[in-house]
Amino acid sequence: MTPRAATTLIILGFTLTATGGQWLLGARPTNTEATSAEKPFRTPAATRSVVPPHRPEGTRPSVATGLVNHHGEAVGVACMTCHTTREPNRENGLNAVPREFHQGLVYAHAGQSCLSCHHAEDYDSLRLADGRKLAFDEAQNLCAQCHGPQTRDYLNGSHGGMKGYWDKTKGERTRNTCTDCHDPHAPAYPAWTPVFPPRDAAARQQAEREARHQDNH
Amino acid sequence: MIETSEQTNAPEAGGMDRRTALKVLGATLGAAAFSQAIAPLTEWAENMSLDEYLQKHYRELSPVDLAMVMARMEKQTKEQTGVDVHIQDYRPQPGVKFGYALNLSVCVGCRRCAKACHIENNHDRPSGNSYIRVLEMEKGSLDLAKGRVNYDHPVPHPDKFYMPVQCQQCDKPPCVSVCPVEATWKESDGIVVVDYNWCIGCRYCEAACPYHARRFNWTKPQVPAAEINPDQGYLSNRLRPQGVMEKCTFCLHRSRQGKLPACLEACPTGARVFGNLLDPESEIRWVLKNKRVFVLKEDVGTQPSFFYFFDE
Repeated sequence: MTPRAATTLIILGFTLTATGGQWLLGARPTNTEATSAEKPFRTPAATRSVVPPHRPEGTRPSVATGLVNHHGEAVGVACMTCHTTREPNRENGLNAVPREFHQGLVYAHAGQSCLSCHHAEDYDSLRLADGRKLAFDEAQNLCAQCHGPQTRDYLNGSHGGMKGYWDKTKGERTRNTCTDCHDPHAPAYPAWTPVFPPRDAAARQQAEREARHQDNH
Repeated sequence: MIETSEQTNAPEAGGMDRRTALKVLGATLGAAAFSQAIAPLTEWAENMSLDEYLQKHYRELSPVDLAMVMARMEKQTKEQTGVDVHIQDYRPQPGVKFGYALNLSVCVGCRRCAKACHIENNHDRPSGNSYIRVLEMEKGSLDLAKGRVNYDHPVPHPDKFYMPVQCQQCDKPPCVSVCPVEATWKESDGIVVVDYNWCIGCRYCEAACPYHARRFNWTKPQVPAAEINPDQGYLSNRLRPQGVMEKCTFCLHRSRQGKLPACLEACPTGARVFGNLLDPESEIRWVLKNKRVFVLKEDVGTQPSFFYFFDE
């Protein structure tokens, strides 16, 4: 079997599981399956992250066009503009990223297909591993499926930046969500340019020591 | 015999005998020494008010006296820089002891914490001063002496790890016990503070600190008026005079109001965890319970309130 055929089979199998196999087997879905596939996933209030993400809800996901309008704002095209009429390509992302409209997209995330995380029927939503829809502003629940230790640390306040009050009785706290810091398409943390070093006496002495050390060699 | 002694004692014509010469010399030296001794007083008259000179130790000031002191400082800052600052006395909250933990697995060494400290605490601009020193360390070693502070390349370097070091707010602080004038002490929430107006600048505490966490103001700190942070605490980020020690206070002007320290808010990776060690539900307690934490130089017995950990 060629690797390509194997991949197609795996994706087929995955889709089959996700949709409860209804379109292939013609079986009538049970009530629970129907609700889980149609009703978008919302985190139960009790297990929701300690504080809500500061990203405004209801922002429509879009791709950048590289153009700016006369206010100087970047012009984006909503995903649904194209994806309502286009047939989803389930292999996208496995070998290459789409050529049209997704230029500049760097993809390096464990060799998944686009539709591992994007919902094939509703591009305004994300897709959990079990096929349920997930709003973009709850993306951290999608990440949590694979990144357990990071989610555990996040929920306990020891992963991800935050601002505000340590004493929650005195004031609010805002926290970053996963995608505030990590590019979901290439999540490895990028290199940074450090800000200025100290220029005090101790730092100068160290620089002099290092210079002497280099001269001796 | 007699004749000889008379000759020796006889004053020379037009000169001065040895006794007078010594008297004059002694008086001159005495006058010079006296003028040197009172020099601080004459200098003080130029840039120090009588109130400032006679100000008591922070812990001996009544609330009314302290309010007057802080009002005087606000007025002085206004005169010198033209900036309206607000100096307050933030006291420890009952039932709170601060703890800080830092995740060395995710710190990338970008120094943004040090910069945030620099701005928040009104540090001297020319020296790039900060209470945080980020050490670039060799993997596999915790030898602080080999840590480099002046690295200048994109971070993180694959062969290094990064360790920000600031005041560890020790429970047994050697800096406090060496102070000859009790200008530095530990408060009930664990913060070691300095009364800048009581400090004599002997730098014993700087020498005693095993973490190199104290800083000395060799010059009057220069901060452009537009960049002065006007929210100031008497024991923390108010503008320091020349010749006194200063140190990290976990931003007590923020943390004693319930806010997170500036360095934590600036951290882009979330490597820093801050909270109340006495609250079993706090995030810092979760870290202490669930992560493998360690303290720096545990063997010197300082018992820090600052913890480091690696993820795995």
